[in-house]
Parts: sequence; structure tokens; C-alpha cells
Amino acid sequence: MRPMIDRDQVLHVARLARLRLSEDDVETMTGELSGILEHVDRIGNLDLEGVEPTSHVVALENVLRPDVPRPSLPQDVALASAPEPLNGAFRVPSPQADA
Amino acid sequence: MGELLGLTVAQAAAKIAAGDVSAAEYFGAWQGAAAGDELNAYLWSVENAGDYEVKDGPLGGIPVAVKDIFCTEGTPTTAGSRIIEGYRPPYTATAVRRLDAAGARVLGKTNMDEFAMGSSNENSAYGPVLNPWDRGRVPGGSSGGSAAAVAGGLAPCAIGTDTGGSIRQPASLCGIVGLKPTYGAISRYGMIAFASSLDQCGPLTRDVTDAALLLAAMQGRDPCDSTSVGIEGGIAAPSREDLKGLRFGVPSELARDTFDAGVRAVFEATLARIEELGGEIAEVALPSAEHGISAYYVIAPAEASSNLARYDGVRYGMRSGGDGDLLEMYETTRAEGFGTEVKRRIMLGTYALSSGYYEAYYGQAQKVRTRIAEDFKAAFAEVDFVVTPTSPTVAFGLGEKTADPLSMYLNDFFTVPMSLAGIPAISIPAGLAEPEGGGRRLPVGFQIAAPAFAEQKLLEASYALERAIGFDARPEGVDG
Amino acid sequence: MAELEAVIGLEIHVQLATKTKMFCGCELSFGDEPNVHTCPVCLAHPGVLPVPNEQAILYALQIAAALECEVAPRSIFHRKNYFYPDNPKAYQISQYDIPLASNGRLGEIRIHRAHLEEDAAKMIHVGESGRIHGSGASLVDFNRGGTPLVEIVTEPDLRGAAEAAEWARLLRETVRQLGVSDVNMEEGSLRVDANVSVRPAGSEELGTKTELKNMNSFRFLQRGVEAELERQRELIAAGGTVEQETLHFDPQSGSLTSLRSKEEAHDYRYFPEPDLVPLAPTEEMLRDAREALPELPAVRIERYVGDGLARDVATVLATDPETADYFERAATAASGVEAKTVAIWVTGELAAALRQADSETGAAGSKVSPESLAALVALVQGKKISHGSGKTVLAALVAEGGDPAAIVEREGLAGMSSEDGELESIVAAAVEANPEAAEQIKAGNGKAIGAIVGAVMRETKGRADGGEVTRLIRSQLGL
Ligand SMILES: [Mg+2]
Ligand SMILES: [Zn+2]
Repeated sequence: MRPMIDRDQVLHVARLARLRLSEDDVETMTGELSGILEHVDRIGNLDLEGVEPTSHVVALENVLRPDVPRPSLPQDVALASAPEPLNGAFRVPSPQADA
Repeated sequence: MGELLGLTVAQAAAKIAAGDVSAAEYFGAWQGAAAGDELNAYLWSVENAGDYEVKDGPLGGIPVAVKDIFCTEGTPTTAGSRIIEGYRPPYTATAVRRLDAAGARVLGKTNMDEFAMGSSNENSAYGPVLNPWDRGRVPGGSSGGSAAAVAGGLAPCAIGTDTGGSIRQPASLCGIVGLKPTYGAISRYGMIAFASSLDQCGPLTRDVTDAALLLAAMQGRDPCDSTSVGIEGGIAAPSREDLKGLRFGVPSELARDTFDAGVRAVFEATLARIEELGGEIAEVALPSAEHGISAYYVIAPAEASSNLARYDGVRYGMRSGGDGDLLEMYETTRAEGFGTEVKRRIMLGTYALSSGYYEAYYGQAQKVRTRIAEDFKAAFAEVDFVVTPTSPTVAFGLGEKTADPLSMYLNDFFTVPMSLAGIPAISIPAGLAEPEGGGRRLPVGFQIAAPAFAEQKLLEASYALERAIGFDARPEGVDG
Repeated sequence: MAELEAVIGLEIHVQLATKTKMFCGCELSFGDEPNVHTCPVCLAHPGVLPVPNEQAILYALQIAAALECEVAPRSIFHRKNYFYPDNPKAYQISQYDIPLASNGRLGEIRIHRAHLEEDAAKMIHVGESGRIHGSGASLVDFNRGGTPLVEIVTEPDLRGAAEAAEWARLLRETVRQLGVSDVNMEEGSLRVDANVSVRPAGSEELGTKTELKNMNSFRFLQRGVEAELERQRELIAAGGTVEQETLHFDPQSGSLTSLRSKEEAHDYRYFPEPDLVPLAPTEEMLRDAREALPELPAVRIERYVGDGLARDVATVLATDPETADYFERAATAASGVEAKTVAIWVTGELAAALRQADSETGAAGSKVSPESLAALVALVQGKKISHGSGKTVLAALVAEGGDPAAIVEREGLAGMSSEDGELESIVAAAVEANPEAAEQIKAGNGKAIGAIVGAVMRETKGRADGGEVTRLIRSQLGL
């Protein structure tokens, strides 16, 4: 049977999710995801024409916050867990080609 | 000492409030118990209880084991993952703050499946939790550490989170009470998100009264969580002794569902018990529930793929590949920081949301969800509660299902529909049963689900049934 | 080949001037130390949740009302998923299939949609970091991250670079007058992207568009769009085709560079934000938004045009509400003078006089009250003083304020009418003193009259009316 998801799709999805997969991972993942998708794909055959999708289970609207400032974190606390902070800022490698 | 540890939360709180028991002594006793953790239930526990001032309140002096998914200011919070190992949050989750305001105190942070993804606790980056009834078996998941701590005599009570059964299933497998409240009853603020539209905090306790006590303290609208509502009128200690006039619906689909014979026997004995208490058993139809697992394993991974995208090595937690360019840092950090199951679900969810597949997967799953909610609504027009076994099996062996993710997912068969509908459900221990392959008898949970925000009614019925069942078995070596 | 017509649509991001961020209580401010306005929510710590800012929603509703949009009875937020260090959750909370507002217009340009979202953080590239493989590093400052934004998207109704820039100015002025944003392009509180394409004139189809990002002034917007239109026209003339891409315009060199290649095509995996409940603006919220609207430039322009003002004068006034209010008071006070004449005095003579005096203030803040300007215009129009004397009086009013009639009296600027004969004798003397010019005029050289008029004006110190002087010269020369 044709797998539900193929190697190229696995690689594409891994790139979207920013997950580096080893060759073995790609292999295993392709098999496992296909198996799971085959199961969940059963809902694809249900006739749900006209059924409203649930986006929230609570029946609330307009839950808002007044525009009143609350204290922010001191800079050192904000940066406390950051790898390699610099000059009060979070440091990251340059984006380069990856936009 | 043993006497102290044998008290329920309600009993201990009463004694502390009356001055019969010293809060410091009580806390110290539990601290000692937690320090002797051989189940790998704790990832962190309080070392020094010395400077402990008891706050007045319904939980004054009560230690609580907190699933490591709740942020606690200044103390390690890992969500069972390497990717935020060493992270100390700058804030505390609302549920924990409310327990604190009621006088309780965090005893430790409990082990869990990484980011709450799992039904066996084998997906923790910090090793599996062992079931106190049989250390060769899993405690269930993902709140396995919390369940094992309570069942194993390492904490008087605990809190966990339930996304598709993560409180109820481990409670069932460990022989304790686990309550998943209505979505919106307790604030999710500070609870590390797995699947935002499903996640809900709840108590894992020795008995129904203790579950009510913890729920009462934690529930309520929170300005930090737009989706929180609270329970109107609050929660009181349950006291009902019979089930007269209450109708319990058994899904007709259950007849053809496969589950352990031992589990079925306990389930049927419990139905008989309900009738003895004056309750009525009726059949209800939940025709869409059988698609719950499929819908759940689209929705939960999809939301998780987005919720877990913030673990990128930029602001906190692990960073790897930082000497390369940005893409390399992202991909390496996430490849090394996340475990296999988490990666699998991120992949699944990213795929389900990606261009061209959204309608077929996520859109369709959300429609199934609507159908399931409608099924429950129709059922609750006929009956007061819907009942099922909590889990199709008793605790299974460590490593037994890890090779086949799908068989692991099917464990959530009975608990997922309530999560999708956002309604409250409780698992109470109903008896013991021998596992399919033979062996020591293990706990079996009985699940009762109620309409949204009908927690008080649910607790009352559970309390009456709990008394009638009189489940008093304990794992070997545990006081009670 | 048929002429290629420009088809331009704009996407404008407006930062709202709320006190706090869109989804957390951190204060908004510009130019502070990095990362001093952050909290677990806007740093996307584990477990945090967003709660929308009520004021941001009211501001967005005001923008929707000003742009005559339909407001969705129930809109929801979506997550737009992508990884970037300035996007801490790795998703931006935005609106997708049901935006807050749609189907509006501003002037002649239709508004496709306007929706609420949150801003990204600020990133600065710091270059070489000295690490082995690293080509450099970037620093991220989350102070700005999470600022409420309204994104306004027009239909592709603009037909030229200048028109696009002019309309963008009108939009800025409109939003500024609402008081919901600082609309400062340099500080980034107003950011304009342009979607540019060309098509054969008369065609209804849309050509392939390119997207020009973040031009930080209206001048650069105009120049960028011009450059891109030229590039597309040349490309097509040479037999090529336009590729869909995002371009960056460098105002220094005037060049356009591609920002993203096609293979990096984004897949944002939008889905409804489960952490937020739907937004269903109540009647009360909508009424509050409508009632908060001042008279907006586009409306004012039409009213002024209806009152007889030239469109360009009307536009100048309407985009400067203080001066416009000043004009309206002056026009009301000036009995017997047409509004358009008062408008020309306000935007022309008065503006020039204030510039001349290096005045820091506009008309409204000057010493010239609208009533005294009205009185002055009435004197000139009634030929009580000459236009030139009018300017002299205006200069005095700018310097010291006061009553124009009193200044006329004090300076002896009262007009000279031909009736008393004084002007006639001055003209006669001037004709006599300039025989050459007189001959040339008689020979048909009309321009030569200037020399004699000039002499009369010097003699009368500008009190004489130019038209009257010309008439007298010609009659004395028998013409
Ligand atoms: Mg945008
Ligand atoms: Zn903040």
C-alpha cells in the first residue's frame, strides 16, 4: 500500500517544524506517521457537510483586559535564562539566507 | 509518623486547623516520604521545610505534589523535557498560586511524559515512573508522577493536567481519584501548554472529598486566562449517600468495544452497585465517540506543533548549534532537546496544518469534535451522567507498548471524548483485576462524566458511589 | 504594444498608541534600554496566555469607522506560524479569514480589510561575533514586541506612484486625527508596504505583483514604486515576465533587491487561536467608536469643495485640522467675502507671512486672530486698501497682532481712489517721467506698462490699487 506520507513530505514538514532528522529518523518517521495517518484518516470519509467546526468549547466572547500598565520584569530577570545575552539583549546567530 | 501519612487531606487539614497536629511536623513527615522516592515520581522536591509558616485556609499546612508542567517561580520546571532543563520560571501558575492562597504548599514537582505527551510516563526525558502496585508496570500518563506519588505514599495529594485522559488514566492505573474539570473551570495560566483547547488542570487524590477540596481552591475565573470561567457557586465538600433519582448512561457502543475481561467485570459490578444505591442505569448513544481518537490525534498534535515552536533556543532553555547560522541553531536545538514522541507529534501536527491538508485533517477533526459534543448533549438530555471504564486495561508493563505508538494512543479511547467535548469527568477506583496475561491484581478505574460545570453534582454522585464501593486496597508498604 | 498601466495596492501597519501591549500589561515606550518592557507573556515563556487589550480593540474600531468599513459581528484570532527570533512564540496572533473590518473606503480608494495583530520585536545585526563558524550575530530587543497593530489592506486601486504616496499621506492624516497612533514613519509607528504590478491599459486582469517592504517615508514610497514600475515595464518590454517576490528599496542607490527567494515560500499553517475567545463588538463598542470620530480629512475636503474651495486648497486645509478650524472661524467672521478668498489668504498670504517672520507657529497659534484676518481680507476685497498694503498690514499683524483698521490708519495705508484726483496727478507725472515706456505702450508693447506702474507704486508706497493704476495710465495715453 502507498504510504500516507512519503520521504519528501517528511523532510518538508521537518523543515517547517525546524527539526533536524537523521537518516534513520526520516525512515522511522515515514513509517510511523503513515500508520497513524492511516488511522486518523478514517474521519476523512465521514460526511460532515454543514457541521460547524469547534474552535472553542467555552461559550465566551469579548474577554478583554483594561489598558492599564503592569510592572515588567527587570532586564536582568528577563535575560536570566537566556543563552549568551549581550548588551541587555538576547543574542542569536545571524539569520543569513534563512529568512 | 505512619498515622500522619495515613490521613486524608480533609482529615489532616481539620487536625492542623484544630491544633491537634503541627503543620511543620506534618509537612516534615511528607517531606521525608518524598525524599524516599523510589518510583522516580519526583523531579524536584523541597529540601528545607524549616522556615515554614502556615497560612490559614481550607488547605492550611497541606503539602501538594505538583506536576512539573506548572510554572513555579524560582524552582526548576521542566515539563519532562531536556529542552528547558535548568529553567527557573520568573512566575507561578495561577492554579498553584490559588493552592498557596488556600494554605497549601508545594512539596515537589512530579515527573511526567515530556510535554504531557504519553499514556505511560515512559516519554519523560528523566526516566519512567514506576507503578507503586507493581514496579515492573507503568503508572499511566502523562500525570504519572503525580498519580504514583499519591498512590505510593509520597504525597497526600497532587495536581496534574488532562488533555486526553492524562489525569484520569494514571489515577485509574494507580488506584486513586483523578478529576478532569470542565474546560475553563481552572485557569491554564502558567500551565505549560500541550494542546490549548483541551488542556485542563485537576486534582489527583486519595478520595473524592480531597478532590473536591483541591478543586474548590483552584477553580475560578482568572484575568490572565481569557478562556477561564470558574464554577458558579463554587465547590463544597460532597455529602450525598445515595443515588436515588439519578440516571447513569452506559454508551451502547461499549458492548462492541474491546477491553480487558477483568476491567469489564469491575465495570459491571460497579453498575450493580449504582443500582443498589437507587441509581438507574440506561443506555445512551455516542455514535461519534468512536472517532474521538482520530480527531484527538489530529487536534492535539496540531496545537502542540504550534505551542512547542517557542522552544527555539533564543530566550531560555537549551541552545545547541549556536555557532552556526540561525537555521542550524533552531534545527539542532530542537532535534537534541525534544524526545521521540514529542517530535513525532510535532511532525504529525505540522503536517495536519500544512498547506493543502488543513481541511482534510484539522478542519474535519474540529467538525468531529462538534459531533461528539452534540452526542453528549443529547445523552445528557436523557441521563445525568455517562459512565465508562477509565482505561481499557489495567497498568501494562514497562516497554510493552513503546514500539507501537498507535496502540499506545488507543489507551485514551474512553477518556478522549470528554476532553473533546470539554466536559468534566472523574475516575474513581472501583476494584482490582488481574491483568490479561495474569499476575498480581491491579486497580481498575470507573469513569463518570457530567455536563459542563456540573462538577458539584459529579462529586456528590462519586462520593456516594465511593462509599458504597469501599475501595481500601493499597500497594504493598503504603500506609492508608 | 499597449501602454502598461500601474496597479498598486498598499498594506499599512499602524501601531496603536495604547498604554500597554496587545496581549500583556507591559508599558509601550520608544527609545528605552533594550528589554526593560517585557514580561513572561511577551517573552513567550512556557505556560503564558494572551489577554487582548480592550483599548486596542476600541482604537481598531475607530479606524474601521473612519475607513467606512463593515465590522464583522464575530471575528476570531488566528495563529500565523513561522520561526524568527523577533517572533517569540514562533506564531504571530493575527486575524485571518474573518478580520475585524472589511469593505471600506478612504477617498476614492477601496479598503479590502483591516485587522488586529501584534508587532514583532526589534532585531539589530551586530556583524562579526568572532566565533569560529559564525558569520555574525543579531541582538533581539522585545520592548516593541507585542505592540498592537492594525493592518490595513487596500484594493489595488492606485494607478501611480505619486497617487499612492498622496493617498498614503491622506491615510496617515486620517489616522493621526483619530488620535489612535503616533503615525511616525521614521519610528516605525506607521509602515507602508506596496504591492506593485502592471497590465495593459484597459485590461481588467491583474498582472503578477511584487511586494515592496517597509519604505520609511512617503518620498521613498513614491520613489520605490516608481523604480519598481519602471523595472517591470522594462522587463516586459524586453520580453520577460515579472516574478512574484518581495523587494527591498534602497533609497540611497535607488536599487531594488529581492528579500526572499521563491523556494523559501512560507506555509504559515494558520489555525484559530485556542487561547482567545471570539471578538463580537457590541452595539455600545461600535457607538463609542463612531462617537469618537472627529470630522476626518476626506469628509472635510468634500465639504470645502462644496463651499467653493479649490480641491488643492481644500486638501491643504483638511490635512491640518488646526489651520482648518482657524480658516472656518475667519470665513465665518468675514462678512461679504467668499470662503474661497479667505482660504487663499490663510493658505497663501498668511502662511507666507508666517514663514517670512520665521514663526514657529501655524495660523492658529499666531498673533493674527481669525477675526482680524477676516477684517483685513474684507478691506482688500472692498478695495479700501490695495493688495500690497494688505500684505504690509498682515506683516504687522504677524509681528504684533491688533486691529487691521488701526494699522491702516497708523501707517497711512488707506487706499487712494481716483475720485480725489491725487492718484491721477501722480500717474500723469509718472507717464511724463517715462516717455520711452509711454511710446512702447502706444506701439503695442503691453509689458512696458510695468515701468510706469512701478513708478506709481513707489510714489504711493503701494497704497494705490494696481488695476486702477493700469486703467489710468492707458486712459491718459488715449488707449
Ligand atoms: Mg501583518
Ligand atoms: Zn509583556
